[in-house]
Amino acid sequence: MSAQLPAFGPIFPELLVIAGALALLLLGAIRGERVAGMVDIAAILIMLLAAALTVLQPGERIEVFGGSFVVDDFSRFLKVLALLGSAASLLLSIEYFRAKNIHRFEFGILVLTAAAGMMVMISARDLIMLYLGLELMSLSLYVIAAIDRDNPRSTEAGLKYFVLGGLSSGMLLYGASLIYGFTGTVGFTGIAAAAKVPSIGLVFGLVFLFAGLAFKVSAVPFHMWTPDVYEGAPTPVTAFFAAAPKVAAVALFIRVAIEAFPGIVPQWQQIIIFISIASMVLGAFAAIGQRNIKRLMAYSSIGHVGYALVGLAAGTPAGVQGVLIYMAIYVAMTLGTFACILAMRRAGGMVEEIDELAGLARTQPAVAFFLAALLFSLAGIPPLAGFFAKFYVFLAAIDAKLYALAVIGVVASVVGAYYYLRIVKLMYMDEPAGAFLPMPNELRLVLGICGLFVIFFFLYPSPLVAAAETAAKSLF
Amino acid sequence: MTWPILSIVIFLPLVGAAFIFALRGDDAAIRNNARWAALWTTLLTLFISLFLVAGFDRGIPDFQFVENHYWLGGTIRYRLGVDGISLPFVILTTALMPVSILASFQAIEHRVKEYMIAFLVLETLMVGTFAALDIVLFYVFFEGGLIPMFLIIGIWGGKRRVYASFKFFLYTLLGSVLMLLAILAMYLHAGTTDITVLLTHGFPRSWQPWLFLAFLASFAVKLPMWPVHTWLPDAHVEAPTAGSVILAAILLKMGGYGFIRFSIPMFPAASEFFAPMMFALSVMAIVYTSLVALMQEDMKKLIAYSSVAHMGFVTMGIFTLTREGLQGAVFQMVSHGIVSGALFLCVGVVYDRMHTREIDAYGGLVNRMPLYAAVFMMFTLANVGLPGTSGFVGEFLTLLAAFRTNTTVALLATLGVILSAAYALWLYRRAIFGALEKKNLAGILDLSPREIIIFAPLVALTVLFGVWPGPVLDTSAASVSALVERTHATLAAGQKAALLMGGNP
Repeated sequence: MSAQLPAFGPIFPELLVIAGALALLLLGAIRGERVAGMVDIAAILIMLLAAALTVLQPGERIEVFGGSFVVDDFSRFLKVLALLGSAASLLLSIEYFRAKNIHRFEFGILVLTAAAGMMVMISARDLIMLYLGLELMSLSLYVIAAIDRDNPRSTEAGLKYFVLGGLSSGMLLYGASLIYGFTGTVGFTGIAAAAKVPSIGLVFGLVFLFAGLAFKVSAVPFHMWTPDVYEGAPTPVTAFFAAAPKVAAVALFIRVAIEAFPGIVPQWQQIIIFISIASMVLGAFAAIGQRNIKRLMAYSSIGHVGYALVGLAAGTPAGVQGVLIYMAIYVAMTLGTFACILAMRRAGGMVEEIDELAGLARTQPAVAFFLAALLFSLAGIPPLAGFFAKFYVFLAAIDAKLYALAVIGVVASVVGAYYYLRIVKLMYMDEPAGAFLPMPNELRLVLGICGLFVIFFFLYPSPLVAAAETAAKSLF
Repeated sequence: MTWPILSIVIFLPLVGAAFIFALRGDDAAIRNNARWAALWTTLLTLFISLFLVAGFDRGIPDFQFVENHYWLGGTIRYRLGVDGISLPFVILTTALMPVSILASFQAIEHRVKEYMIAFLVLETLMVGTFAALDIVLFYVFFEGGLIPMFLIIGIWGGKRRVYASFKFFLYTLLGSVLMLLAILAMYLHAGTTDITVLLTHGFPRSWQPWLFLAFLASFAVKLPMWPVHTWLPDAHVEAPTAGSVILAAILLKMGGYGFIRFSIPMFPAASEFFAPMMFALSVMAIVYTSLVALMQEDMKKLIAYSSVAHMGFVTMGIFTLTREGLQGAVFQMVSHGIVSGALFLCVGVVYDRMHTREIDAYGGLVNRMPLYAAVFMMFTLANVGLPGTSGFVGEFLTLLAAFRTNTTVALLATLGVILSAAYALWLYRRAIFGALEKKNLAGILDLSPREIIIFAPLVALTVLFGVWPGPVLDTSAASVSALVERTHATLAAGQKAALLMGGNP
């Protein structure tokens, strides 16, 4: 009997999220917009519960559905991260949508389905499952980007994201079909066994697959959508885009590269090195001229993906460990920063210009202090958490003898430090431009947790470092 | 159980900062309490750091007061310890902090709470830099100091404070990140980040030039050496008085300390190879920046350039790779810490009264401020290196060492001594002597009791170390000797190996 039925235990967290999404959808359909707040809270609780279940899963490697879905330490680490990131960004959104009077119950449900898609991506071990997870997430994200449907900017962002995302999915599928054609299998184990030597068709497939994935993590040269979508989408949506989906896409990137193509490392390594360098450099230089803080965060996130990919370029367990630490710290820094951006509200509504932050240290000293800590951390200055994130990826890069990549990376980080410093300067060294409205409690909570994490990470970093190490080892 | 004195000295200022952070009440009360809390914290830290002096065994070259705890996992641990080279800098830091805080009592009027917190955090990071025995921990402290200093210059500085703070931050950061990569490479090669192990690890000769250059990028900017010194005059001019004091007295010393702690013992072959280049840069710094100092109209800028020149003596002494040179360098750094800090305080005294640093705005101050004139005279002469002041000992030792190693270098460096007398005495003549002609100076007041308290210990130390340099030299003697012997032993072994290789092709 048990031979016919797939084991549902390992995928219980995914099932919980999907079932929760369906139940909340029914609730919303019956009760209407009034339950939007309740749906949000319920969705947050479901994701936290799923994260807790993921943590409690036995610490062994389990493959289900004929090896196309795997639960291991790597997937557990990233699922917890993606779920916490999604839950936190949903929490950030409540007050925003309520204040703008566009509080719809669909948002929470779409975040849930996107989270389910991420979990599938993180655990995917064949190309079909990969595509299923990716599209489940992406389709949810397209709709989320346009959630403020009466606002032309939001709908434009959604449409733009959809068209370009569709293109990238097409490339990814084309690459997947080439890989299938040249290896005769869609399973990563089979591909790894068949792809011992690079053939031209296989490398072609690899390039297209990586192009599709690079689009999802918004790495250069597939980053063009990012600033426009980040700027156009409602701010909590931007916060969500910048955090959890990146985690899932980076996870997918790592698993495909390490598990499916361990035989042709030099072929994909040079691609990763190129997009990593290009992302770091573009992220650093293009952000300098930005006036809009959401656009700035878009370029900043492009840069940070570049740093995370430095670890993947190393292609070693230490490198993957570095990426995982980087993503965990990146999510905390991003969500904390967006909590501050969401708090940039005046009586006339939200403001997004960087200059509006002027003198924040006078008007809201606590917020300014935490935001400054987050910005210094994003710049990678010790003893804040962002330094340790960079420390581990560059350690792996040096270990893999990727000296040029490391030197370009650290120099780009100095350039990048400039625009983070500029915000600190505005907050601390300029005259106040008028106070913002008081910060809602949810934002305070997220900002406080992220800020304290970033500031005090150095005191006791070993749990995260050790967890990332275990997770990274499970891939090799 | 023994007390972890080093950790207490490092983290006590943070406790004080947390206390000030928690202060509530009306503005005037917060300002007042923050000032006094900061002063008492730094005084208590100084007091506790004196236990280090008392308990330090000068006879042994090893690290003492060692602490070793779990930190990042793997071999990256929380390791602390001081030897004869780092102890003087730890004490210099803890001793100058109360002075700086006291000097800020009236000069800083707005955002006092944040100011004091920034200074206390900075103290933690500075002491940590000198006491770290793990190279990653060292980097964290070394680099972390940028954040409070950036804020101190940028918030409480002068007119071009934003420009100066950005220049300071980005310049230093660019140098430091290259050092970080070198640190990572060393960690991967040696398999440990323990400085005591790295000191004797013996990195391959082919690696040493690269590692040396990466460390040079950081320390040369920090020290600063010519030609990467240009951030210093800007930062000094714009920083508030106490910020300039800390910058000149302690932050610059991290560069010199870094050369002695890392570059020389860890990359001896590269140090020997690059020594001529370092001599050339040192001499350039001494002569060129002294000439530049002659032409300055701004008092702080003049002292800033003189700092670069004096740091030239430090690098010159260090790269003679001799006992006299290194001890002279350590002494010169300690002395310069006291003297240049005091000179910036002297400028601060008149700046607080007249709100200008233009030399031409002053003149004839001796008529109204005899006490101030005497104090300023004292430190001007110490800056020149007059025998009997602490400035003489360091310059003499480094010149002696340089004379033995390379006479040309010593000859050119001596030019710098003459030039330093020229710019320092000229500054003194223009500001202090002459008739009191400017009307707005007519009412200027002499040193207040608070300022006398600030200057008294500095005057005492300048004279004391001038006539009795023993306390500093004896402390560093054993460690420096061990370092020099080990370096020369490594170099000799390397040469022997090279000869053998050459003999048996």
